[in-house]
Amino acid sequence: MFGLTPDEWGILQLSLKVAFWSVLCSLPVAVGIAVLLARCNFPGKSLFDAVVHLPLVLPPVVIGYFLLLALGRRGPLGALLEEYFGIVVAFRWTGAAIAAGIMGFPLMVRAIRLSVESIDSGLEDAARTLGATRWRVFFTITLPLALPGILTGALLSFARSLGEFGATITFVSNIPGETRTLPLAIYTLTQVPGGDAAALRLSMIAIVLSVVALMLSEYFVRRAQRRAKGQDA
Amino acid sequence: MLNVKIGKQLTDFALDTEFSSDSGITALFGRSGAGKTTVVNAIAGLVRPDRGTITVNGDCLFDSALGIDVPVERRRVAYVFQEGRLFPHLTVRGNLNYGYALAQPGQRYVELKQVVDLLGLEHMLERRPANLSGGEKQRVAIGRALLASPRVLLMDEPLAALDNLRKGEILRYIECLRDEIKVPIVYVTHAVEEIVRLAEMVVLMADGKVLATGKPSEVMGRPELRAHAGIFEGGTVIDAKVAAHDLQYDLTTLEFAGGRLIVPGVDALVGEPMRLRVRARDVSIALTHPHDVSLLNVLKGRVVAVTASAGSSCDLRIDVGGVNLAARITRLSADRLKLTAGSEVYALIKAISLDR
Repeated sequence: MFGLTPDEWGILQLSLKVAFWSVLCSLPVAVGIAVLLARCNFPGKSLFDAVVHLPLVLPPVVIGYFLLLALGRRGPLGALLEEYFGIVVAFRWTGAAIAAGIMGFPLMVRAIRLSVESIDSGLEDAARTLGATRWRVFFTITLPLALPGILTGALLSFARSLGEFGATITFVSNIPGETRTLPLAIYTLTQVPGGDAAALRLSMIAIVLSVVALMLSEYFVRRAQRRAKGQDA
Repeated sequence: MLNVKIGKQLTDFALDTEFSSDSGITALFGRSGAGKTTVVNAIAGLVRPDRGTITVNGDCLFDSALGIDVPVERRRVAYVFQEGRLFPHLTVRGNLNYGYALAQPGQRYVELKQVVDLLGLEHMLERRPANLSGGEKQRVAIGRALLASPRVLLMDEPLAALDNLRKGEILRYIECLRDEIKVPIVYVTHAVEEIVRLAEMVVLMADGKVLATGKPSEVMGRPELRAHAGIFEGGTVIDAKVAAHDLQYDLTTLEFAGGRLIVPGVDALVGEPMRLRVRARDVSIALTHPHDVSLLNVLKGRVVAVTASAGSSCDLRIDVGGVNLAARITRLSADRLKLTAGSEVYALIKAISLDR
C-alpha cells in the first residue's frame, strides 16, 4: 500500500500504535495534573511542577534507564506488575508506549495547563450557583472550554512519541516487530552498509506523517477554539 | 425571607453587615468598595465569612457557630453577575437549560417558555453568547438564573456594563420579574435611579457597615446620610399619584402631600402611583412666588435646615407638606436671601425624573 514494503508498513503501524496508546493513556493523567497545577495551591507545588517537567530537561537515555530499573522484570514495579497482573512491559511495545508517553508528558501538561489557566474561573462559579457540583462543573464547563489546549497537548505528545528514540532504545531495546519504531528503524539502517536508501525512504514517511498530523490537529484546534469562544460554528 | 448577619476581615476594611429582606427587591447600595459584592458572594457561598449566620426561608446556609457552610450548588441562590458570565461553548438554549436541568422537578417554579416570553429570548435561542449584544447577554443571564428556580436571586450591578438605552430595557425586564415571578431579589448597585425605580428596601452600606435600612424614600431623605457626600447625589424621592392629564399640551399633573407637579405626558391612568426623584441641584429657591418664569413647578414650603458645606454650596431641607425636599444652592445665594430654619420659601423645580 502507498508503495511501501511489508517491512516498512509494519514499522509504520507499530510506530502509530505506540504513539496512539502513549497519548491515550497519558491524556487523562495529564488533564488531571494540569488542572491541579492551574487551579490549586498546595505545599510543594513548585517541586511537583519541576518533577513533571523532568523528562523535558533530562537526557532521554536517563529516563529510559530509570524506567528499566523500575519496570524491568527484576525492577520493584516490574516485578509487582508481573507477579500480580502478569504484565511484562520490558522489551515489549507496551514499554515503548510508556517511554514515549513519559517523554511527551510535560508538553501535554503545559499545553493543557495554559488553556485551563485562560478559562475565566467566574464561569465555574456561575455554574456552581446554578446547582452544579464541582465534578459536573469540571465535565460540563472546564473540560469543554479547555478542549483546544487538550487537543494541542495530545498532538504535541503524539508527535513527540513518533520521534521518541533515546528512552525507548534504553528501556525496551531495538527488537524488530516489537519495539523497533520509525526512529529506531532509521537509526538501524544507517548503521548497516547500503542502508542509506531505505533510511531515506523511512525518513520521508516520517515527514509525511508529521505534516499530516500537524494539519489535522490544526483543523481540530481551530474548530474547538471557535466553539470555546462561543461563536456560531 | 433572607437574613444576613456576617462579619469578615478584608484587606482594607472589616465587613460587618446585618440586614433581612422579605420579598421584592432589596437594594444593597453604596460606593464601589463598600463591600456590597462581598455580601452577595457570601450569600451565594462564593466567599466564606469569618463569622455570622445566613438563612433563607428559615433554612440555614451558613452558621459559623454551628459549623454550617452549605456548598454553593446546594444553596439554591442564583446569581446574575455584572459581566453576565454566559457559558461561551453553549447556545442560549444550553445556557438557559443548565440550571433548569439541575433543579429538582418539584422545586421548579418557572418553565423555559415562560422565561423566554418574559425576557423576549425567542429569536436568539440557537445563537451563541459571543454573537449577542450586551443587553441580550444580560437578559439571557437573568433567564438562566431564574430557570434554576432559586429561593433568592442575587444581582451584582447587572446594568453596569450597559449603555443607557440598554439599561432602561433591562430595568423594564427586571420590573416584570419582580411583579410576575415574585422571586426575592438582592440587587447590588451604586446608581440611585435603579434604586428609585426598583427597590422596595434599601440597605445603605459604607466601608463594610450598614448605615441605614428602610424604604427608598426614607433612606434617601435622611439628611445625616446625605452628609456622606458622594455616596449618593443629594435628592428627594417623592411618592405621588397621577391626578390629571392635559391632552392639549401633552402634560400630566401629579399629586403628592406637598402639592401638585406638572410633568411631560405620562402614559398612566389617573390615580396610578408614581415615584419621582428630584435632584437637589435641580431645585432653586425664591422668597416670593415668581410670576414671569417658564418653570411650571413651584412649591411653597418652609426651610427646616441649612447646612453650609466647605465649598461653594449649601444644602437646604425644605418641608413641603410633610415631604422633606432637598435643595442645593450656593452659599452666596443662601446668604443673600438670608435663609435660616423657619424661612418661608418657594422651591422652583427644574427637572423631575419619573418612575412608575
